[in-house]
Amino acid sequence: MTTHESIAADGEQAIECQNVYVYEAPVRIWHWVSVFLILTLALTGYLIGSPLSSVPGEASANFLMGYIRLLHFAAGQVLSVFLILRVYWAFVGNVHARQIFYVPFWSGRFWKEWLDEVRWYTFLAFQPKKYVGHNPLAQFTMFPMFTLPLFLMVITGFALYSEGAGRDNWGYALFGWVFSIWPNSQDIHTFHHLGMWVILVFVMVHIYVAVREDIMSRQSIISSIISGERLFKDRED
Amino acid sequence: MTAAETFYDVIRRQGITRRSFTKFCSLTAASLGFGPGAARAIAMALEIKERVPVIWMHGLECTCCSESFIRSAHPLVKDVILSMISLDYDDTIMAAAGNQAEAILEKTKETYKGKYILAVEGNPPLNEGGMFCIDGGRPFVEKLKWMTEDAFAIIAWGACACWGCVQAAQPNPTQAMPIDKVIFDKPIIKVPGCPPIAEVMTGVVTFITTFGKLPELDRQGRPKMFYSQRIHDKCYRRPHFDAGQFVEEWDDEGARKGYCLYKMGCKGPTTYNACSTVRWNGGVSFPIQSGHGCIGCSEDGFWDNGSFYERLTSLHQFGIEANANKVGLTATGIVGGAIAAHAAVTAVKRITAKRKKADV
Repeated sequence: MTTHESIAADGEQAIECQNVYVYEAPVRIWHWVSVFLILTLALTGYLIGSPLSSVPGEASANFLMGYIRLLHFAAGQVLSVFLILRVYWAFVGNVHARQIFYVPFWSGRFWKEWLDEVRWYTFLAFQPKKYVGHNPLAQFTMFPMFTLPLFLMVITGFALYSEGAGRDNWGYALFGWVFSIWPNSQDIHTFHHLGMWVILVFVMVHIYVAVREDIMSRQSIISSIISGERLFKDRED
Repeated sequence: MTAAETFYDVIRRQGITRRSFTKFCSLTAASLGFGPGAARAIAMALEIKERVPVIWMHGLECTCCSESFIRSAHPLVKDVILSMISLDYDDTIMAAAGNQAEAILEKTKETYKGKYILAVEGNPPLNEGGMFCIDGGRPFVEKLKWMTEDAFAIIAWGACACWGCVQAAQPNPTQAMPIDKVIFDKPIIKVPGCPPIAEVMTGVVTFITTFGKLPELDRQGRPKMFYSQRIHDKCYRRPHFDAGQFVEEWDDEGARKGYCLYKMGCKGPTTYNACSTVRWNGGVSFPIQSGHGCIGCSEDGFWDNGSFYERLTSLHQFGIEANANKVGLTATGIVGGAIAAHAAVTAVKRITAKRKKADV
């Protein structure tokens, strides 16, 4: 599915087709909404685990922790709605909208290209190959380091939320099974907390790689998630 | 043949007045969270239903469950249940001993086949064929399984029987197992806590013996009436939590003002029990009320979850002092360093490559 192949198959078209529409509007909107929400969730989540210093005055006059939690819960629920829409778009959108939801480990070509990409990142290859969507190494990283943790955060998040909302809450009906796996919710709190760090580590790598590829590789990266179009900088290959 | 003996017969024979009996029924109905009609239903059940005996067995445990039980709030509650209603066998507090005591087990097993309640305090160790807990000359695990055969239901008292508790703490040398890992063919009702609250225990026994069925259980097999909310949900210090007012260290101004103990490692937000509503010792107090955080004694693995005084759970896999934040910060530090190094190498490569190009 990469231009690498499609162009190689039809060299003539490669020169014509320098601009490819990759990220459709819903994907881009989802991306940026998620950026905003994940930052909010990470910050408020951190403050729920390690609260700020005590506020002075009467308890009845303050609701700081309550507002932090409210923000966390609200952001989490909006994130979940957008994640559902994103999953929907994986079915109806273009082929690139599906990439982050699986790793094609059965495909020999995937692993070959994956190796090429690893060689590029370990400075063994002189220049990277071109890909219309995510490169194989990115896909390989995004699924276990972002997509999967994000789903786990939503599931554990609603399970934890149902603790306060009550046992008859729909969150408990839907996700209460996590308490069958880990009966002590203290463990689920810990996993939920570690999930934040996994996603933050991913974000660091994601931003670094995006900036680096934008400079170093032969295609646009950063502008693509804004405009949706991938611009190929050279005409070879 | 004489009519089967009812609870009420036994109660009256023991000299309990009718007045005391109805008081007990009202109190129990209230503690079970039932409406006004339930006191009558309980009274009627006790008057007409055949007495259900309770066999109380002890495995590996510290007897804190029994200690709690005999201190239930209303003196009558323990009197009724302990000496009158049905406690036919409890090797810790019964007068009989030795063969005489063991004979009661056999007799109950035969006479009340499929009808008696088996209450288990403590748990069986499985290592070395169960020889770490020998009871009446044989491993406790065998005795437990034997008595289970004809029981109507099993009550798992306390953290030991429900989850394993300290004797099952890592590395668990005796392989102490919660009873639901040993018994599979009978309904088990878990009443966790170390110990469980006395009123919760008497409430559960009364419910089962009067209505002849188990109360509604949650996913973990705990009675919903006592274990469906966390300590945190009904804690009287909750307003301080929502306000963002915490005890920062012991004996500080916040501690004196009764602020929330969240930062001092209180496990109230993850612990399901009735302490913050029923309280202890006749409703006198409970840990948080006396200024100490909840240690989560009714939760699975509370003994292995790190310090009682840290909010974030210790992650021993990553070192003795580690928690989610320390692990996360270390990971971001390492990855950040790796990114910086990678960026530096990239820059150097690019510059040298450009020079080479220029040279050519």
